[in-house]
Amino acid sequence: MSLLEVRGLRAAYGQVRVLEGIDFSIDQGRRVAMLGPNGAGKTTVLRALSGMVRTSGTVEFDGRSLVGTATAEIARRGVAHVPEGRGTFPALTVDENLRLGGYVRSDGGAVRADIDRCYKWFPRLDERRRQQAGNLSGGEQQMLAVARALMLRPRLLMLDEPSLGLAPIVTKELFRILREICGEQGITVLLVEQNAGLALDFADHAYVLESGRVALDGEAEQIRGDDEVRRSYLGY
Amino acid sequence: MERFIQVLVDGIATGSIYAAVALALVLIFRSTSVVNFAQGEMAMFSTFVAWGLYEAGVPIGLAALTTIGLSFVAGMVIERVLIRHFEGGDVLTLVIVTLGLFILLNGLAGWIWGFGNRGFPSLFSEDTVALGGVQLSVESLGIVAVLLAVVGLLFLLFQRTKIGLAMRAAALNPASSALVGVRVGHMLMLGWGLAAALGALAGVLVAPRLFLDVNLMGAVLIYAFAAAALGGFDSAIGAVVGGWVIGVSENLAGTYVDFIGSDLKILVPLGIIFVVLLVRPSGLFGTREVARA
Repeated sequence: MSLLEVRGLRAAYGQVRVLEGIDFSIDQGRRVAMLGPNGAGKTTVLRALSGMVRTSGTVEFDGRSLVGTATAEIARRGVAHVPEGRGTFPALTVDENLRLGGYVRSDGGAVRADIDRCYKWFPRLDERRRQQAGNLSGGEQQMLAVARALMLRPRLLMLDEPSLGLAPIVTKELFRILREICGEQGITVLLVEQNAGLALDFADHAYVLESGRVALDGEAEQIRGDDEVRRSYLGY
Repeated sequence: MERFIQVLVDGIATGSIYAAVALALVLIFRSTSVVNFAQGEMAMFSTFVAWGLYEAGVPIGLAALTTIGLSFVAGMVIERVLIRHFEGGDVLTLVIVTLGLFILLNGLAGWIWGFGNRGFPSLFSEDTVALGGVQLSVESLGIVAVLLAVVGLLFLLFQRTKIGLAMRAAALNPASSALVGVRVGHMLMLGWGLAAALGALAGVLVAPRLFLDVNLMGAVLIYAFAAAALGGFDSAIGAVVGGWVIGVSENLAGTYVDFIGSDLKILVPLGIIFVVLLVRPSGLFGTREVARA
């Protein structure tokens, strides 16, 4: 059974319609990539799922509807969203950011243990745990954003352009760690990326958006191997 | 020398009251970026409630504590019922709403309790104690002790508890806070509740030194604004230090500089503020966040 089932998802910013009815689903434990050009609506899909934009259609997460639910309540159901611009707290310390990531959990001891685990996964954060997050480099901030999201022990992890603004070598490192953690923890992932090559290496399945609609979808391997699709939709 | 220390301690005591109101202003400003102009009138209203309980036979200490608790709840209700509808909108709108609340509470208090003034009993004894050969009033020392205890509790709340961390997060970045599951609206409610409780505390501390009437907090609120501006509107430590600087400088100048006396002493702290803000526009302790692009 699918963990996330989306039918006819529409969203608009004021009068400007961005999503024109999108269908997709994600099975438990799978990694799905949302691809497509700038302005196709990839980010808006994530924002709609998180209740950050006015939305219609049906969104069933684990059998319950998310449409019209407040953002904080969606997070409490186990949806962790790393937004564009990372969504960390620059004025708080690295440690405080991670504690906030586990804010909704009531298992205090396990939260502390998970913070230590994050420091093992991201040793750079360990060195800077008492520093303000705003002082970290771009790559370190992105790692903090991902670690912050993992602290929720999410059932669904949504990542918005984690490679944005990072040096290629940092991006590669980030995805290596992500692959390791998500594999180990069996986390279901919805990834939005401009960098199609990177995303298709990471994901099992991919949807390609164009002007607010799903243009095509398929297994990641299949899309990667289809020269025509790559050239016309993904531009690489 | 003895006189000097007495004036100093009295100044710190008065400054502690300004500091309590300034802290209340800072609490709300940090979470909503709005200066709550009704803060003083909320405190005045609370003080009347404490007076009413006292008149009904409740011991003054218990009356004060009960009022602080009631004010906490009332502050949350005001946020939920009134302020919530205007949050996230134009700051100017919210400022006007707090001004409206100011006028409403002032009128309501006059309607209920009348516009005359009345005495308010002190929480502390009227004795003095000798400390190192200097006679100091128990009341002044008590006020300072209460403020220090409150500051300590607030520090523990914000720095050591999960809910305090969430309140700071909600003030800094509401959107990110919602994404980690923080119910931002609840945090704002809590902030208003704490601010109202702090105001009530300041009210029952200051009322014995003045007379209780509907304009009880008028001057105090001005000094509290000054304290918050001096310390930096987003800094709790700044509010306390600002309150003390103003209380002490006002008292010293009023006592030792002949031509100033009690009529012109308000000019002294304002002069200090003018100079400080020229040099440091964000106040003594106002933060400038560091960010790396």
